[in-house]
Amino acid sequence: MANESARLPSRILTISRNAFREAVRDRILYNLILFVLLITASAIFLSELSAGQESRVIVNLGLSVLLIFGTFISIFVGVSLVWKEIEKRTVYSIFSKPIGRGEFIIGKYIGLCLTLLVNVAIMGVGVSLALLYVGNASLAGKIWPAVLLIFFELTIVTAVAIMFSSFSTPALSALLTFFVFIIGNFSTSLCELAQGMNSTVARGVFEGIYYLLPNLSHFSFITETSNGMMPPASMVGGSILYAVVYDIILLTITVLVFTRRNFK
Amino acid sequence: MEYVVEIIDLSKDYETGFWRKKRVRALDGLSLNVRGGQIFGFLGGNGAGKTTTIKLLMSLIFPTEGSAKILGSDISDVQMHSRIGYCPENPYFYDYLTAIELMDHFGRLFGYDAAKRRLRTEELLTSVGLQEKDWKKQLRKYSKGMLQRVGLAQSLINEPEIVFMDEPMSGLDPVGRREIRELIAGLREKGVTIFMSTHILSDIEALCDEVAILRNGKLAANGNLSDLLASSGEERVLEVSVQGIRADAIREAVEFIAGASIISKPNGANIQILDETDIDAVLKITREAGGSLTSIQPVKQSLEELFVKETTGA
Repeated sequence: MANESARLPSRILTISRNAFREAVRDRILYNLILFVLLITASAIFLSELSAGQESRVIVNLGLSVLLIFGTFISIFVGVSLVWKEIEKRTVYSIFSKPIGRGEFIIGKYIGLCLTLLVNVAIMGVGVSLALLYVGNASLAGKIWPAVLLIFFELTIVTAVAIMFSSFSTPALSALLTFFVFIIGNFSTSLCELAQGMNSTVARGVFEGIYYLLPNLSHFSFITETSNGMMPPASMVGGSILYAVVYDIILLTITVLVFTRRNFK
Repeated sequence: MEYVVEIIDLSKDYETGFWRKKRVRALDGLSLNVRGGQIFGFLGGNGAGKTTTIKLLMSLIFPTEGSAKILGSDISDVQMHSRIGYCPENPYFYDYLTAIELMDHFGRLFGYDAAKRRLRTEELLTSVGLQEKDWKKQLRKYSKGMLQRVGLAQSLINEPEIVFMDEPMSGLDPVGRREIRELIAGLREKGVTIFMSTHILSDIEALCDEVAILRNGKLAANGNLSDLLASSGEERVLEVSVQGIRADAIREAVEFIAGASIISKPNGANIQILDETDIDAVLKITREAGGSLTSIQPVKQSLEELFVKETTGA
């Protein structure tokens, strides 16, 4: 009789591998076709219309669309990632195997992050090719730190989506994650708003939101990139560290909630 | 180890309603032990608590009170799952996978290398009777019976010591049921314990060594199947079959015997009596009316009667 189970990293990777395969077979990556068409069309038209400004517009448009597409995938796939397993009762056969609930959540999260990484990388290549087409080879290389920051921003959005979906419905989870994304991108403004307030209570509330919600403006470097700037290594490193710490906190909360959940 | 499953005073409450939540007790103080190497039938009407019990044992839900052990380990011990198998009721799997991919996925969770995964997959899909031409079809194209077979195959991927099966024959045609019945009996031969919940009483009769019957979340009966069938009849009944006479001709005389009853049958009658000493009286009545004896046999209470009695309390 067998008394075997895979090592923990191997079990997590097995779950991740399947989550990635699910995304591919559910045609999640089809959005890339739309993206490539959009970028190709804009590169051709902008090279005709915007005298000397085409590279800037391509970077602004390309990276913004990359962020929007990635955010949609993070939110809508993220909120249904775990919910679908419970609804379709696929968790029944998974959890009868030697798999902890924490391992399952982390595995699914990594699987979706892998999907996003592939998505973001291919879109980044699309933007680079468009820049090469309009003859701006130096900017084609300079976009990659900004692409990397977008990817790490998306890992936070995904972690937020999975956390909400561990105790809420997909629709509500999507709405809440979208709010977090919007507020998170205006975090700095929120902080400035709080400091300008006379009421101590209101200031406390706004500062509370500022410190509680992720500050996604750390990851925004699209406009600067379009102007040919590169983010300093310390900024990129700090932002990545911030994302990793935030992801770990969110996943810990998700795992704590999920391990107490009954699958009726 | 004598018992492979030990359930001690296990209870589960569910909360219902949105605003003012009510607690509904689905399982109420269940205590049960299952010996190894046998097929254990877990019976009960709809909503009796069978699936709740199996979900508790699989740690899919958590007990409100009580505890349970499988193979000596507490049910919260995930590593113990490397020694057990589970085939859920109406199994649902990743429908974007093929049967081979699904088995491979589960094999990876047990840390099997590629060669072992391939070997186990081929062995098991063959043994559950899934045709090879269907192995590479996505599961979304499978019928209910085919999914049931895949469900059984995946529950055996790790060569488990005990397999929990929730309605394993559900969705199978008679031929399929027979094949799976043989598969389950074969597992017992190999020393695997089967904990099986089912509504199909003929399968219970054909396979099970011991049974437990649940009623409203409580244990109504538990023990060896033949003992339960023998002991649960309030009165032992003998049936005397006679031929060559009409039932009406001897009805009055038969019903004069305490507790006796007569049922007409083609070219004769079946007479049921409670006491062996009444056999002579029945024979005398039959001969005087010109009939003859065909057979005398004890009337066994059927599993269906036992099931109805224990699940309804009637």
